Amino acid sequence: MDETIEYAAATGALSSIWLLVALPLLSAAVLLLGGRRLDKTAPVLGTGVVAVDFVLAVYYVVTLADQSNRAVSLQVFSFIPVNGLQVDAGLLLDPLSAVFILLITGVGGLIHLYSVGYMHDDPGRRRFFGYLNLFVAAMLLLVLGNSFVVLYVGWEGVGLASYLLIAFWYTRPAAATAAKKAFIMNRVGDVGLLIAIFVMFATLGSTQFSDVLGGAAALTGGTATALALLLLLGACGKSGQFPLQAWLPDAMEGPTPVSALIHAATMVTAGVYLIARASPIYNLTQDGRTVVAIVGAVTLLIGCVAGCAKDDIKRVLAWSTVSQIGYMFLAVGLGPAGYAVGILHLLTHGFFKAGLFLGAGSVMHGMNDEVDMRKYGALATRMKITFATFTLGYLALIGFPFLSGYYSKDLIIEAAFDKGGTSGWLLGGAALLGAGLTAFYMTRLMLMTFFGEARWDEGAHPHESPTVMTAPMIVLAFGSVFAGFVLVHVFSLESWLEPVFGAPPEADHVIEPIVVTLLVLVLVAVGIAAAWLFVGRRQVARTAPVSVSAVVSAARANLYGDALNESVLMRPGQWLTRALVFVDNKGVDGAVNGVAALIGGSSARLGRAQNGFVRTYALGMLGGSILVVAALLAVRFG
Amino acid sequence: MNTLLLVTLLLPLVGAAGVAVLPDHRQLLAKQLTLGISLVVLVMTLWMAVGFDTGGERFQFNSSYTWIADFGVRFSLGVDGIAVVLIALIGVLVPVVVAASWNDEPTGERSMKAFFAWLLVLETMMIGVFAATDVFLFYVFFEVMLIPMYFLIGSFGGPRRQYAAVKFFLYSLLGGLIMLASVIGLFVVSNNQLGEGTFAFDALRQLEITPGTQKLLFLGFFIAFAIKAPLVPFHTWLPDAGAEAPIGGAVLLVGVLDKVGTFGFLRYCLPLFPDASRFYAPLVLVMSVVGIFYGALLAMGQSDMKRLVAYTSIAHFGFIGLGIFAFTSQAGTGAVLYMVNHGISTGALFLIVGILINRGGSRMIGAYGGLARIAPLLGGAFLIVGLSSLALPGTNSFVSEFLVLVGSFTTQPAFSIIAAVGIILAALYILLMYQRTMHGPENPRLRGVRDLDKRELATLGPLIALIIVLGVYPKPVLDIITPAVDATMVDLGTNDPAPTVAEEGNR
Repeated sequence: MDETIEYAAATGALSSIWLLVALPLLSAAVLLLGGRRLDKTAPVLGTGVVAVDFVLAVYYVVTLADQSNRAVSLQVFSFIPVNGLQVDAGLLLDPLSAVFILLITGVGGLIHLYSVGYMHDDPGRRRFFGYLNLFVAAMLLLVLGNSFVVLYVGWEGVGLASYLLIAFWYTRPAAATAAKKAFIMNRVGDVGLLIAIFVMFATLGSTQFSDVLGGAAALTGGTATALALLLLLGACGKSGQFPLQAWLPDAMEGPTPVSALIHAATMVTAGVYLIARASPIYNLTQDGRTVVAIVGAVTLLIGCVAGCAKDDIKRVLAWSTVSQIGYMFLAVGLGPAGYAVGILHLLTHGFFKAGLFLGAGSVMHGMNDEVDMRKYGALATRMKITFATFTLGYLALIGFPFLSGYYSKDLIIEAAFDKGGTSGWLLGGAALLGAGLTAFYMTRLMLMTFFGEARWDEGAHPHESPTVMTAPMIVLAFGSVFAGFVLVHVFSLESWLEPVFGAPPEADHVIEPIVVTLLVLVLVAVGIAAAWLFVGRRQVARTAPVSVSAVVSAARANLYGDALNESVLMRPGQWLTRALVFVDNKGVDGAVNGVAALIGGSSARLGRAQNGFVRTYALGMLGGSILVVAALLAVRFG
Repeated sequence: MNTLLLVTLLLPLVGAAGVAVLPDHRQLLAKQLTLGISLVVLVMTLWMAVGFDTGGERFQFNSSYTWIADFGVRFSLGVDGIAVVLIALIGVLVPVVVAASWNDEPTGERSMKAFFAWLLVLETMMIGVFAATDVFLFYVFFEVMLIPMYFLIGSFGGPRRQYAAVKFFLYSLLGGLIMLASVIGLFVVSNNQLGEGTFAFDALRQLEITPGTQKLLFLGFFIAFAIKAPLVPFHTWLPDAGAEAPIGGAVLLVGVLDKVGTFGFLRYCLPLFPDASRFYAPLVLVMSVVGIFYGALLAMGQSDMKRLVAYTSIAHFGFIGLGIFAFTSQAGTGAVLYMVNHGISTGALFLIVGILINRGGSRMIGAYGGLARIAPLLGGAFLIVGLSSLALPGTNSFVSEFLVLVGSFTTQPAFSIIAAVGIILAALYILLMYQRTMHGPENPRLRGVRDLDKRELATLGPLIALIIVLGVYPKPVLDIITPAVDATMVDLGTNDPAPTVAEEGNR
């Protein structure tokens, strides 16, 4: 990919792709500024706009597919022009962004629809749909921007929407704190992305994709590696990857549709998009790619381990998301062999994880918002549609043969082994182990929620959710089942993405794919069996056991990630702040006050300076004037 | 000769005299007159900004009158692209402050009529300090500007207003006197070189001053400006002044007066003393970057909202200092835009804090909580203004902060990277304050407080609109600023570094 990258100017129908961003943005503004009279129409307007956006997206992608040059760029206006720095507000529709706009508007539309039911009785639903539309607009801008700066604008925009939605029930301190934590940890990553943009401008003189990605080949190896690592830092923040993973599970304080859309299907995968988009840079640096793959492998294991120990159904799914995005990072870290596979897993995961979250929301909806799985049990017969769709999502996630996750995850594990060498074995081994652990925690979740004895709270009357909620779940369940097969065998995602990533290299198999598949299946079976042994066979206690092994308590404490953040960053920061406040008041100010007091007379007089002041002031002015006149005379006549 | 600038300068002063002579019982008329005049001035400043020819002369709307002929002092006015946008900022902020102070009650013995009269006097002085093209005239405005602000703080401020006012005054006066020595020094040098002393900026920047003299003269100006801006460690007057000033005064103090310092760096230090500027740049950069962190950490440690906002400004001035002393056109343009944006955002933040204090009767953050539910409009306005303060893309401050950082990265990568880390702290201090006041359970003390009324919406509305508009489409303002910054870089004798890869020619 070292030839220059050129994008055709958008013409005809494609010159209106800005509508994709503008429509939900406008709708968000109307909803947020419109006042109470829009309370009733908010769900219809909010959902309708995203539905229209989906239709438009399909239309644009079909139009794009008909063109010979499948990458069109649209300049909307000049954003930040200062001499050598020319940042345009511009959009790029190419095979990669096309995939994303379909995912965002498609899954986004379904989740909007679900929210109509889920948020039906919430007094703040107008605000909810406003924020959700804002999110869709920002996310579309993120994937459609044709420069790293526009991408960054969308990047921060989704961060804002995420903040607002996590804090949606902001009177709960936990929600407010989780939102702030998410924003701050994201900002840590953002600094990386921002500095990467500075490096691009300093070396290549531009931030436009066409110049940066097209000119990347001229970069020195060190610069390319630096860029790769800086972009990775940004990606880790947004995607909840090690070491910035701690915010994502806390983000479950937001309403469940938010968890499904933002913290599972779309926003948290933006890091994968960023790395895939910057693939010409990553192609230049083996070191950079290796770090990405390692981060992915480490994170996927952290996510699995933490997921095994959680009793909160949404937290299990959240750690599962952390873990599955780890798989995607691992994939794109493998370079040309993995980009398309990573995006494939991103899409299939978008379907089944969104479906699982909506299912969890449906369970909560029927259980008075209870999230503790220890108080579930035996729900399979009470919520048949939820159970059926959830089961399909579950099977897709653990990689049951011929379901979506089977195709995408297996390909990642194969590609990891195919990397070769020790690193290949380690990465592949981690991914394989992760598959087994995934089967364990997900089976545990299924057993605790849908099977066994009912451990409900008094007054719980589990019931199936309304059609407006179950319909999106059913559609996503179809996606969980068929998306993988379709995107591999019917409509090859790999060849669709070839203009962006180039043709994947011919794989040199270290282990035959069929062997990998069998190994995965064996580990998955072991995971399921273990879950049955530890959870399914036994009585589930309604409260979590207190005396547990060191491993379990480490897993419950998220492998001490939060404790580390607190002791290394937060507490020293607080001490530093306190110390500085003290120093500023006593030291710096005291010293200067001393000087000021010398000028102004005595410090006592400074305190009650009403009268003392006027004299000082007059004296000062007089002294100054005399000085001026004397000096001027001296110069003039001296 | 173009008298538009002169008229704009004098109109508030004439208005102040008119307001001052009104009888004491005509308070309402005094307010209406002040508002009317400030709105006329707003129209005139915007007229100048729109009429400014971006491809034309460096200084426009010039006028010049003999003042003290013996010493070559002239009453010369003119604006470059930097001054014209800052004067437009004054034009916007003064009517906003008038409207925001509409229902204020006097805290001391003086009537609000005096407050509004001083406000108009201050407006003239602020416009003058940016419009002066004669260094002596600049110095006069620089010093006289202190008087109206002294009375605004000292007569209408909070409980410790006298202390704060005197502290503010003494600091500034001290800086001014040191600057005066340098002003005289410039006169001496021009007298030696040109045979006739002058204070005209255009003549002075043609002088060839020896590096040694440059360093001395630079320091005189620099200390005055560093106190004014303020840069750490010259900052301790600001939290007191910002906390004790009436909200309207605080908006203008932090929003405009402090900009005189950073404006001075750009207008006087860089063009007049290019060698000294380069010599002292590392020192200033260190002070700036220290200020970013120092201000942010101290902001986090405050329990008083007004002090908190004052400390955030110290952090922001660090970014401006970095932008100016990085010596690239992007960073310089970003710094100027930063001055404008900071005036808008921090001005709005002070107004919000003022509204909070009006409702809750306390400056302490701990006295609030859960207010977003009780007063959603106030919560929403606070959020947007706060996001602007932490430079979220889509708001005005992002554009300026990005330009400062990306521009300084090409010449000062280390400082740029360290400063970029500061954006994490900005998110912390804003979101902490927002969470403690707006989120969480409702503080029962606040039950039943009013949301924003029409007057408050009218004061905040224009600023919020500017936050968004300048965040999305900053080009018109950048187009005005950039040529002036380019001219400054020419005076300084520096060029923007070329992209390193393109330079090596190995593409």
